Amino acid sequence: MAFLQSAVTRAGFFTGKKGRLPYLLLLPGMLWLFTFFILPIINLAGTSTQTPVVGGDTGQYVQTFRFANYVDAFNAARPQFARSFIYATLATLLALAISYPLAYAIAFRSGRFKNILLVLVVAPFFTSFLLRTVAWKQILGEEGFVVPTLRAMHIIGPQTTLTASALAVVTGMTYNFLPFMTLPLYASLERIDPRTLEASNDLYANGITTFRKVTFPLSMPGVVAGTLLTFIPAAGDYVNAAILGNPNTTMIGNVIDSRFFRIVDYPTAASLSFMLMAAILILVTIYIRRSGTDELV
Amino acid sequence: MSTIPIPTLPVSKRISRWFGRNLIRIYAVLGFTYLFIPVIYTIAFSFNNSGKSNLVWRGFTFNNWMNPCGAPDVCSALGNSLKIGLIATTVATILGTLIAFAIGRHRFRGRATTNLLIFLPMATPEVVLGSSLLAMFLAFRINPGFWPTVAAHVMFCISFVVVTVKARIASLDPRLEQAAMDLYANERETFRRVTLPLVMPGIAGAALLAFSLSFDDFIITNFNSGTMNTFPKFVYTSAARGIPAQANVIGSSMFLIALVIVVAGQLVNRKKAR
Amino acid sequence: MSDASSSSHGDLKLTRVTKSFGDFTAVDDLTLTIPEGSFFALLGPSGCGKTTTLRMIAGLEEPTAGSIYIGATDITTKKPYQRPVNTVFQNYALFPHLSIFENVAFGLRRRGVKDVKEQVEKVLKLVELPHLADRKPTQLSGGQQQRIALARAIVNRPALLLLDEPLGALDLKLRRQMQIELKWIQTEVGLTFVHVTHDQEEAMTMADTIAVMNEGRIEQMGSPAELYESPRTAFVANFLGQSNLIRGEISSSDADQSVVEVHGQKIAILKTRNRAAGKSILVGIRPEKIRISLPDDPCTGNILTGGIVSDVSFVGVSTQYVVEMPWKQDLMVFEQNDGGTPTLRPGDSVSLSWNAPFTFGLDGSEDVNAGSEVDDPA
Repeated sequence: MAFLQSAVTRAGFFTGKKGRLPYLLLLPGMLWLFTFFILPIINLAGTSTQTPVVGGDTGQYVQTFRFANYVDAFNAARPQFARSFIYATLATLLALAISYPLAYAIAFRSGRFKNILLVLVVAPFFTSFLLRTVAWKQILGEEGFVVPTLRAMHIIGPQTTLTASALAVVTGMTYNFLPFMTLPLYASLERIDPRTLEASNDLYANGITTFRKVTFPLSMPGVVAGTLLTFIPAAGDYVNAAILGNPNTTMIGNVIDSRFFRIVDYPTAASLSFMLMAAILILVTIYIRRSGTDELV
Repeated sequence: MSTIPIPTLPVSKRISRWFGRNLIRIYAVLGFTYLFIPVIYTIAFSFNNSGKSNLVWRGFTFNNWMNPCGAPDVCSALGNSLKIGLIATTVATILGTLIAFAIGRHRFRGRATTNLLIFLPMATPEVVLGSSLLAMFLAFRINPGFWPTVAAHVMFCISFVVVTVKARIASLDPRLEQAAMDLYANERETFRRVTLPLVMPGIAGAALLAFSLSFDDFIITNFNSGTMNTFPKFVYTSAARGIPAQANVIGSSMFLIALVIVVAGQLVNRKKAR
Repeated sequence: MSDASSSSHGDLKLTRVTKSFGDFTAVDDLTLTIPEGSFFALLGPSGCGKTTTLRMIAGLEEPTAGSIYIGATDITTKKPYQRPVNTVFQNYALFPHLSIFENVAFGLRRRGVKDVKEQVEKVLKLVELPHLADRKPTQLSGGQQQRIALARAIVNRPALLLLDEPLGALDLKLRRQMQIELKWIQTEVGLTFVHVTHDQEEAMTMADTIAVMNEGRIEQMGSPAELYESPRTAFVANFLGQSNLIRGEISSSDADQSVVEVHGQKIAILKTRNRAAGKSILVGIRPEKIRISLPDDPCTGNILTGGIVSDVSFVGVSTQYVVEMPWKQDLMVFEQNDGGTPTLRPGDSVSLSWNAPFTFGLDGSEDVNAGSEVDDPA
């Protein structure tokens, strides 16, 4: 008769015995992320406070811990910062407005076609993102069918163009990020037990009230996830601005890109990058706190 | 026996009732049409007898489909995109799956921090990811090109793989593994015969996701590819002059292939459940 | 391959087994012997520790203290795949990605058995589902899945077959049918079955021996009849069927019986059926043993007068009366609907009587309500 004292409290079945196993599993992946994500960001932080070597070649910098770089960069790119966040917010709201009824229709009104419709929502995005954006440029351009039709119907004047405008950029961004909004919305709407909606009707709430008081609140996790997945890439995007916009619609991404490739100015580019990251992180944190969903991933 | 007349609503009421029920379906149809406009445009213009710039419709032709590599650089760009995609997908899927199992199945110190670290690349704008990586490569005297691009792609794909596989692991009923052990399978056999087959759909999905993210990536690739061309880069640089119809052909083919894969996957699933 | 050899057959012996999760003790110093070849039931309410005990026998939990033996083999620390024990899980846990055939063959294959076909087909025939071999678990109904889960476990001829509330998800008629079938299979195959359930009717129907568990401990163990007719604690008296428990004081005793004073009336009880330590006693009598009659009708045995019928329920087989006694306690009486007694109505004055030997006595310190109420988990 042996009296056993086990010190290990088994929470799940696979914990404990080989304590090193999780670390071994993590090692390769985390090492990769460290080398190609963490290190570059740290390096970026370092670059952001450097100054060009006086009398040296372009691209030569020395570390001077010049935090004024940030102030300079911000002043130089203030309109782009503002524009990035305005466009991203507009695109997110538009995407939400367009996607929500779509997700609702798929979740509740699609019957046997649910899976097909889900595939159809994602399918357009199998064509290259750039091809799609250029397609819009051509559809909305002078040679497309939209502008001449609208002009013929006298909705827009003969001089107005749809491309090369802020409107086109925002529309392009909205379109490109639609699946990022639709899929999380669908996922959380799908989880709602339709019987709760029936219960709401049973308790004297009509369709609109049921939506306001039951459906929408229950879909909040999806709304939060969708808006985040849309806003974050949208704020940093610059392809839509490049293809569908004009020099007055440049976003922060365009500036960073040009400071890397055209006007070689790494410290400014680095500072701008950091400010963009910081701004997004702060906004995201406030947003998550206020909407109360912590476990997103 | 007299028949009792069935009361009917007035026409206006019936119309408004029908609208109320179907409004959302009508909207959905409109929505889907909107989603497909650029796709239809792209596919349509792949049949355009265009010559150099594919801006105006000149006539229907199969030539472009017969000769998809006709325009200069298209196929080499496509080839690079495919190569990068396959390599990056393989590496990212393996690394990401390992991480997913570590986080999803074990308790260890630093689990919350690891979770955060995995989430960060997804929350960072591509401009920042791409430019910081380029800056680091240059600082180490590594020229941008094929392998730096692959490294970058693996980096941003890992997070998505982890999230996808982790979700699949979480939905696994632990009692299935307990049943396997109860039926004389040791830990390794249980993993091989029960856990892995059941997680495999998640891994497959993650791989597909990684491939499509990699293939379609522009911003990060643009920073780290140097003179090497990829398909998105090709489209971007030829946007000003006019994209050759061959690019439309390739885009349409990607669409159709992906559609076939997904539909086939659905059918296989449905057959399995039968 | 694992070493679950059939030479380690024998009685299952749990000695002083304890399982704690932090501050919470799920199983408290449990000692238990289950004879080989018997159908044994672990019965108790949710949270009493019966499932934890089962999992420790299967190897899915490790005891905090104590030992578990099968025959002469110590299996306390052995992994599940090293024990000659198989489990039928509550939700069946059939492998969704394998066919029925492969599910049933799983254990055999892991043990290195080369030709599984014959054994699998034989056990599928035993559970009457040979035609489902090529299907997948999701295509089967609940009852069919349950039988496959059973087949998957039995085909390995374990020393011990554990069943964790296997009939919980089935509807009533199917459950009744499966109870009979399980009992038949057990006698047919000759394995030791350990069945965990909270359904006392199920336990009494199927088991040779029942152990009633409460809060990590065994309250009483014995044959169904023993537990039912001679409960040792209020918990067992109330958990198995229903009991009327009345407070009283022993006023006098002779050689065979004692006289108990119950709110001014006198009841006789055999000394052999009295477990009270001192004078304070809870007198127990099962509702179906009581005869209900009008005050003027003759009655024999123990008699309690002054009752008023407060509720009458017709349950088909019987009529159930709730009778309020003068000391404000409700007693239950079940009368068989054999056409003998006319039905009484609420408000009728009645007398209750029963044969004195049916009375059982519990210690006065017991809680009258133990085991009778089902508490909602907090």
